[in-house]
Amino acid sequence: MGEASSNFDRAASTARTRLSRRKLGILIAGLVGLAVLPPILTSYWVGLLTQALIFGVLAMSLDILLGYTGMPSFGHAGFFGVAAYAVAVFSTRYHARFLVSALAGLVIGTLLGAAFGLLVSHVRDVYFLMITLALGMVLWGLSYRWIPVTGGDNGISDIPRLATRLGVSWSAPLPFYYLTLVVFIACGGLLMLLVHSPFGLTLQGIRESESRMKSLGVNTWLHRYLSYVIAGAFASIAGIVWAYYNGFVGPTYLDLTASSEIFLMVTLGGPGTLAGPAIGAGAIVLLKNVISTYTQRWLLILGAVYIVTILWAPQGLWNLGANRRPKT
Amino acid sequence: MNRKSARRLAVTFVLTATVAAAGLLAGQMAPDSASAAPIRVGFVAPLSGAYAQNGRDILNGLRLYLEQIGSQAAGRKIELIVEDDEAIPANSLTKARKLVERDQVNIMAGALLSSTGYALAPYIESSQIPMIYPVVSADDLTQRLRGKWIIRTGWSGSQPEHPFGNYAYNTLKLRKVATIALDYAFGWESVGGFQRTFEAAGGKVTQKIWTPVSVHDFAPYLAQVSRDVDAVYALFLGRSALQFMRQYQEFGLKKRILLIGAGTTTDEHVLPAMGDEAIGAITVLHYSAALDTPANRAFVAAYRQKYNKLPSYYAESMYTGAKWMVAAIEAVHGHVEDREAFLHALRTVKPTDLPRGPVELDEYGNPVENVYVRKVERVNGALQNTVIATFPHVSQFWKYDPASYLSLPLYTRQTVPPPPNLLQP
Repeated sequence: MGEASSNFDRAASTARTRLSRRKLGILIAGLVGLAVLPPILTSYWVGLLTQALIFGVLAMSLDILLGYTGMPSFGHAGFFGVAAYAVAVFSTRYHARFLVSALAGLVIGTLLGAAFGLLVSHVRDVYFLMITLALGMVLWGLSYRWIPVTGGDNGISDIPRLATRLGVSWSAPLPFYYLTLVVFIACGGLLMLLVHSPFGLTLQGIRESESRMKSLGVNTWLHRYLSYVIAGAFASIAGIVWAYYNGFVGPTYLDLTASSEIFLMVTLGGPGTLAGPAIGAGAIVLLKNVISTYTQRWLLILGAVYIVTILWAPQGLWNLGANRRPKT
Repeated sequence: MNRKSARRLAVTFVLTATVAAAGLLAGQMAPDSASAAPIRVGFVAPLSGAYAQNGRDILNGLRLYLEQIGSQAAGRKIELIVEDDEAIPANSLTKARKLVERDQVNIMAGALLSSTGYALAPYIESSQIPMIYPVVSADDLTQRLRGKWIIRTGWSGSQPEHPFGNYAYNTLKLRKVATIALDYAFGWESVGGFQRTFEAAGGKVTQKIWTPVSVHDFAPYLAQVSRDVDAVYALFLGRSALQFMRQYQEFGLKKRILLIGAGTTTDEHVLPAMGDEAIGAITVLHYSAALDTPANRAFVAAYRQKYNKLPSYYAESMYTGAKWMVAAIEAVHGHVEDREAFLHALRTVKPTDLPRGPVELDEYGNPVENVYVRKVERVNGALQNTVIATFPHVSQFWKYDPASYLSLPLYTRQTVPPPPNLLQP
């Protein structure tokens, strides 16, 4: 694990410096594109972009753990799924309004992070990975077997669509897309502020050397705990939007495949960069859906993309070309 | 390779993959120059992952029938667009959106698992595209949660089990039965249907054992089976069915206790891979590849010729579904763009010469069809599901009054509702 985490360290080294001018340009161009392009796209593409944004939020939230604090969580889809289930249960069983359901999703997801954080924050590296994996499986098992609440394998469908407010039908593809874009930008902005705050820098310090941070008088346990809770909260936000986007929830939202896919999004894009994981999420969502249309062997192609990235761009897509690491 | 060129290679590869995909896409979006546009059929099923084999069987059934009619109906070409959903409901939904919104399909068909069926239903209803579920058997899709745009050409999970419960008591003279089944909705509904009519007739399900869907070893479950039952009812499919059969014999149960069960346990998707351990098992389904009718013999021969294997019920279900769809297209003379009329045709056509026998839809969108009790036998060296009894014209409500039936809850793991009122003649 030492090898792997030093990879993350290297990947994250760019975040310590401010964004280069070129990357800032790419980022702004990307956001402008996301804002102005959708009206001229078909609803199918708008849908795919919506998915990319939702998984972008999810991948960014995992990046706080994986890239910044150096905690490889393999159960991150758990928060995403639990928040989605909370929305489904509140909106279908108790017929709660949108705001109540969404808030319930956020609160339950965050509380779950607060509870699980107590169990995982004292371990590192592969032990952290194993415990989060186990907790993720527990949540999956719960979703699968707590049938009276979750509907088991069948999940819960018929989550009410967003109502029409201010003359806009929010469940239509385009309005929903812009809603998601606002959530995405808000989350991205907040996370950006977080990682550049003293708190965020401390997290990176812990990743680099926990013992040194300890000797500086930092309560490293508390920092790791808080970063875990925060990551859980942002993953919950993504889960809430996903539940409304699809109109149903099921156990596949939080299984191991889902967790590992988020993990891949972060590593593909570049851990410790925030923008990278968002791009990784977009790339995977688009590649998966576009390639699978043309060939049933699409998993092979996706696998090849992963391998090529890991071999020749171990720091992720976002770190390609630009920042050259000073020779040590 | 130095670092720089390696990076360049990586970027080039990822970009090329994306661009190539986008390019293919643009090619597809080019306007159709043909004057009579084809009827577009969107198909979604798992073609990769654990359920790929079942998904492929479904697709085979569809392809076979389209080939037989030269992909033409009512003078229009039929264009098939196939999508893989890996049996993950969220993926099915994404694929369905793609088929409806980008490919503008006129009709949808497919889906394998109940979870997928339930996930797709709200979207299908809101986009008002007719969809055929050939296989998804979740009872409530055509019962308590039924919609307008989805019709089933397959079955509902408890449908064949209702007559089977009676048959087990009256003909097989069973009194005490233990059940062992996969622990999810399909298992609960099948076992529930069997238990309801079996106990109403006077029998008793003395033991219900549930195994996880991902079960690998049946030893801990088979050890629980009490030895004083008259029969063991089993519900498995795919790999789990093969493993169960083998272990049922290894445990010495085969010699002592009759094995009965749901049709999937000995369906033709697993039967050719089984050995003598399967012989004698009595199961129930709305189809058997050994059904001795001219329509089925022709279907089995054509299927064998094209795919070099026996058709499973998955294949037959979609073959019938395709026939159903084409009959409806012909009924509206190819004007599938009038969706209401097309849907009406889908719900009312009565295609004939179906491999499984006569089928018609009830007003809830579920087939009323024959149910076959089959016994596994070895004939000319190969195992087959020999039909030993036929229940004609079986509805999803059996002989019960639909209103009374629907007022009672769905079968679950814990509860089997009491028998509803019988239908007044």
